[in-house]
Amino acid sequence: MNGNLPELKRIANRMRHNIVKMIGAAGSGHPGGSLSATELVAALFFKVMRHDPKKPAWPDRDRFILSKGHACPVLYCAYAEAGYIDPALLMTLRKLGSPLQGHPDRRFLPILEASTGSLGNGLSIGMGMALAGRLDQKDYRVYVMLGDGECQEGQVWEAAMFAGYHKLDNLCAIVDYNKIQLDDWVAKILDLEPLAAKWESFGWRTLTIDGNNMQKVLDAFEQAKMTSGKPTVIIANTIKGKGVSFMENNVEFHGAAPNPDQVKKALEELDKEAAVLA
Amino acid sequence: MGTIAPPKFELKMGAATRDAYGKALAELGRTNPNVVVLDADLAKSTKTNVFAKEFPNRFFTCGIAEADMVGIAGGLAEAGKIPFASSFSVFLMCKGFDQMRVAVALPKVNAKFVGSHGGISIGEDGPSQMSVEDYALACGLAGFSVMSPADEVSTRALVFRAAEHKGPIYMRVGRPKVPVIYDAKDDNFQIGKARVLIEGSDVALIGCGIMTAECLRAAETLAAEGISAMVVDMHTLKPLDTAAVAAACRTGAIVTAEEHLLDGGLGSQVARAAAATSPVPIEYVGIHDTYAESATPEELLEKYGLTAKEVVAAARRVLKRKR
Ligand SMILES: Cc1ncc(C[n+]2csc(CCOP(=O)(O)OP(=O)(O)O)c2C)c(N)n1
Repeated sequence: MNGNLPELKRIANRMRHNIVKMIGAAGSGHPGGSLSATELVAALFFKVMRHDPKKPAWPDRDRFILSKGHACPVLYCAYAEAGYIDPALLMTLRKLGSPLQGHPDRRFLPILEASTGSLGNGLSIGMGMALAGRLDQKDYRVYVMLGDGECQEGQVWEAAMFAGYHKLDNLCAIVDYNKIQLDDWVAKILDLEPLAAKWESFGWRTLTIDGNNMQKVLDAFEQAKMTSGKPTVIIANTIKGKGVSFMENNVEFHGAAPNPDQVKKALEELDKEAAVLA
Repeated sequence: MGTIAPPKFELKMGAATRDAYGKALAELGRTNPNVVVLDADLAKSTKTNVFAKEFPNRFFTCGIAEADMVGIAGGLAEAGKIPFASSFSVFLMCKGFDQMRVAVALPKVNAKFVGSHGGISIGEDGPSQMSVEDYALACGLAGFSVMSPADEVSTRALVFRAAEHKGPIYMRVGRPKVPVIYDAKDDNFQIGKARVLIEGSDVALIGCGIMTAECLRAAETLAAEGISAMVVDMHTLKPLDTAAVAAACRTGAIVTAEEHLLDGGLGSQVARAAAATSPVPIEYVGIHDTYAESATPEELLEKYGLTAKEVVAAARRVLKRKR
């Protein structure tokens, strides 16, 4: 897939529409961390990654693991936009029998690369895939998205140490650094700073960018692809709830669904943005 | 078959056991300055935030780092504090298990662990957030006492008993509101001492957690059919009240009911105790070797067989096997 910049921005806007609608319809879910990651996920699926929705099991495909599984609406929207799943399914999120479970679950949606939702697990799994790719002399790349709060899990740093030591340059981690976790702001719970220096000291190339700026996001993924001899981490400064004024930087919208009025208001705002991007 | 009508339980909807936990913890904090509370970025959900608000300097959020939190609890206990550490039960037990074994069970320190969002009745978040194995894991820690209270009254009392008890504790509390079983003033709860809610002679229904209320409802249905069912609230899975199990055995048939995998939970504990005294046929209500999914709590309890209806069906089956 090969979207140009204006098209990628329109895709991100459409994904935000769907994120709001589907979580509103479900009546529960995690809008904040889905909206913060939208540019990053859109860039991966519609420009950066080598993949084919007609061949989801293609052995040479690039892999994407959403380690912060609670943000799965953003991933489901990318799947729908790319043609992996029927867009009508989005409105079944979290309902009995839906393949779109509250957290990604491969038993119900086999195109997922991993079942996630217990934070801290994704980077290790992605690293296993990257190692296998190296053993098989395949050139696919593995992308793993982590939450900033998630980086408090010890397993993340066990994985970081391993990837650095084994120079897994086919692995790219993305930290969605939206500064907020569940109970409060990250800096008030357990500060991660200096975050880039931590990753660097574990042997990673680090790229710190504005993760809601599509051009900057594309540039960073391009640099990551060109990096050899080390894994890359993109520390993406983002805004939690990005695109919906009353959700932005609002701890309350980590794990609360918008009510019908809020859905309406949010969609109006996103419509305005869509008009500008058209 | 028995003829005496069982006492009626109104089963009016009360607070979630996690809310009762949060309130009890704050109450405890007022009388016991040694109580220190830990959480792992779920204080709004586990309700330790009630304590945090009142005693900010005796509350520590550990970040999303459950293993570290359990280790810290071990150290606090070694140094004379009474730590209560909470997260969702699945993260507390699964991520913190080695630390519970090494920093708490082996040295047998005085640390308390309360896991919220136990079982599948959390609903839409799905299986990654649901614990269906926490009883088994906690019972597998030598020296631990393991509890799963059924309502707000027993939760409050057992939080206080946990603090008075010298030794490690695991308690599961739940997300949804649950019916009140006990009188608000009832404080007659002891760790390891079951409560017989209804005396009966044909079959014994033994429940814990949210399934205790389902056993009460089942007993009512069975009574209408002329079957006299004893109902036992086995709020403590370990140490198990073997005298209560022996009494249950005297009815000649047992049904256990739990919101947990059938492996290693209440059913296993009761069967072992029954087999050691006077074995009778037992049927088990619980989750059959699977993980659940996303849906409303009601839909899930129905689909995975955790209802009064299932308890009644199990009672009918076990009565057929009765010698
Ligand atoms: C191991 C584990 N502990 C706790 C949780 C509960 N939980 C879900 S989301 C969340 C906060 C995540 O914050 P962050 O990683 O910053 O994600 P984002 O802000 O991008 O949504 C927590 C604590 C979990 N899913 N897994």
